[in-house]
Amino acid sequence: MENRGITFGYGFLSQESSFDVQFSLIEYDGSHSYFRAYLVGLLNTILVSVIGIIFATIIGVVIGIARLSNNYLINRTAGVYVEFFRNIPLLLQIFFWYFAALRALPLPQDTEPMFGVFFLTIKGFFVPAFVWNNLDVFIYSIIAAIISIIFIRIYAKKKQENEGIQTPVLSISIGLLFILPILSFLFGGVDASVEIPVIKQLSQSGFTYEGGIKLPPELISLALALSLYTATFIAECVRAGVQGVSKGQKEAAASIGLTPNQVLKLVVMPQALRIIIPPTTNQYLNLTKNSSLAAAIAYPDLVLVFAGTALMQTGRAIEIVSITMLTYLSLSISISIFMNWYNKKIAIKEK
Amino acid sequence: MFKYLKQLTSLVAMVAVLFTFTTETMAAKKSKTLKNTQKKGFVRCGVSQGLPGFSNADAAGNWTGVDVDVCRAVAAAVLGDANKVKFTPLSAKERFTALTSNEIDILSRNTTWTLSRDADIGLTFVGVNFYDGQGFMVRKNSGISSVNDFKAGVSACTNLGTTTELNMRDFFNSKGIQYEPVTFEKADEVVAAYDAGRCDTYTTDKSGLAAQRIKLSNPDDHMVLPETISKEPLGPVVRQGDSVWEDIVRWSLNTMIEAEEYGVTSANADSMKTSDNPAVKRLVGAEGELGAALGLDNEWSLRIIKQVGNYGESYKRNIADTGILPDRGPNELWTKGGILYVPPAR
Repeated sequence: MENRGITFGYGFLSQESSFDVQFSLIEYDGSHSYFRAYLVGLLNTILVSVIGIIFATIIGVVIGIARLSNNYLINRTAGVYVEFFRNIPLLLQIFFWYFAALRALPLPQDTEPMFGVFFLTIKGFFVPAFVWNNLDVFIYSIIAAIISIIFIRIYAKKKQENEGIQTPVLSISIGLLFILPILSFLFGGVDASVEIPVIKQLSQSGFTYEGGIKLPPELISLALALSLYTATFIAECVRAGVQGVSKGQKEAAASIGLTPNQVLKLVVMPQALRIIIPPTTNQYLNLTKNSSLAAAIAYPDLVLVFAGTALMQTGRAIEIVSITMLTYLSLSISISIFMNWYNKKIAIKEK
Repeated sequence: MFKYLKQLTSLVAMVAVLFTFTTETMAAKKSKTLKNTQKKGFVRCGVSQGLPGFSNADAAGNWTGVDVDVCRAVAAAVLGDANKVKFTPLSAKERFTALTSNEIDILSRNTTWTLSRDADIGLTFVGVNFYDGQGFMVRKNSGISSVNDFKAGVSACTNLGTTTELNMRDFFNSKGIQYEPVTFEKADEVVAAYDAGRCDTYTTDKSGLAAQRIKLSNPDDHMVLPETISKEPLGPVVRQGDSVWEDIVRWSLNTMIEAEEYGVTSANADSMKTSDNPAVKRLVGAEGELGAALGLDNEWSLRIIKQVGNYGESYKRNIADTGILPDRGPNELWTKGGILYVPPAR
């Protein structure tokens, strides 16, 4: 490196970055440091990964179960979906969703509002934002609700084991989750008003929206592409898991008088999950790593902001690439540690 | 007898030492990059992924442009054939790493010369082959006619990892305008996103705007604003630490510019050997030993002019005749009102 006149060091991280980023979860502009730019990129990567994982899981479970349906139409539709989306390279899908979205979405001034407050435009999805008073009280009320639900569940389980009586835990939980926050509004001085985006004219033909929260089209199309792609693999994991539970288990459960819902919840799913979780962990890891393709469509993730702009401005390729690699490694390891913990929790406990 | 033999051996040894010393200084003249280039038989040149007028490949894979001509000039000087160039298209992000990691030997890719790039990351800029400045493109029907018409909330599309990104911030900050930067890795995606309406303005070097405008679906619906918000001297770059190679590239470029100054063109270069002007004679290698100083033969500059042409010919062929920027502006010779001024070749 010395021969080539390259210096090495991480001191640049505290220097002023002097470039701006389109979309950031924390306060950031060019007067902040490169380290802050790194955090911006990291949080954006985590954001799109979390959104992607949630939607991929929901779509994947629905499609996976649909593939097992006895209804020919549902079964075949799910099959076509899986074969179609898992066999096209992800980068192409990202480009497709992004540029298809850009072509199809209306300009800000031509947008028909959804429910009067949501505006889906080429410049982004503008949604109303809540403006809070005493937000902390509201959050405490939710925490209180969650803690009481946990206690009720423990109590209900004990009661069933001791007396054989089932408590309607689900309806009580939902009730608590609603009642406590409502009480915080009535007595806790919590107050929320909604800020609705309003159209703003930039020039004779240029418009945008102001106020509310803006989700850039890059985030939406990236999350969409990642979820639809990964969902196909998760669907196959789910199908494998459910099919892996032997038929006799269901028949036995049904014969002792469990309802079909109880059969699924108490007998099939606990066994199926053991098969589903390990390969699904792989898919979560893949999704997180695939989110680095964001650079292609201008979503400011870790690769675009840090291994892209910051690398270019500082020229510190070795330092920045090493930090980026370590970051992805840590992200992946955290996900797999969590999933392994969950896997262990649902595994058969030999007594 | 033995005495003489001893003296003889010491003499032989001395001669041998002297000889190796002289051959070594000769070899030192021949830089590592120059040696490798001559061994390979082609110049490894990093160019853009397609910027009409600067470096652009046609359907048959033939590269043209003013940036391309710098590499061709070096190939003509070093290898005797302007076509012995291997072009590597690079994104803005990849370019410097490709050069420092020895993938290419010249980076001639509309790259802005800045202090930090020159000093910090193992690169050396050898000169300027195009004086550019950053501008903005907008839709004509927006009614925006000056950069002062931009309002807070404006979204600007541009390329990732460029000086453009930094200038844009400086500019909007100085105006106190809050803006949304949308940065893509490849120029084609910037154009596509701007064209679709994702951004209100597209900002990059003015030459780039002029060249990319042709790619839009309705080029006539768009215009470049008159203001220039930054200095962008674009030039070829080499690795730090090989001063002979650096000199070869620098003087290949200078030769093209000086040839225009003295009216030497690809058509009349041979006849200029008998010119009355010693400067012209030096330029075409009919006088002096300038090539030797660079480790080249004396016809090197003549080959550049004959095979590639002078700077004016290159500009006309690539930028003016293609309709990108017919007006040479600052890229005119200093004798004609521009700022092209190179040190004399002597």
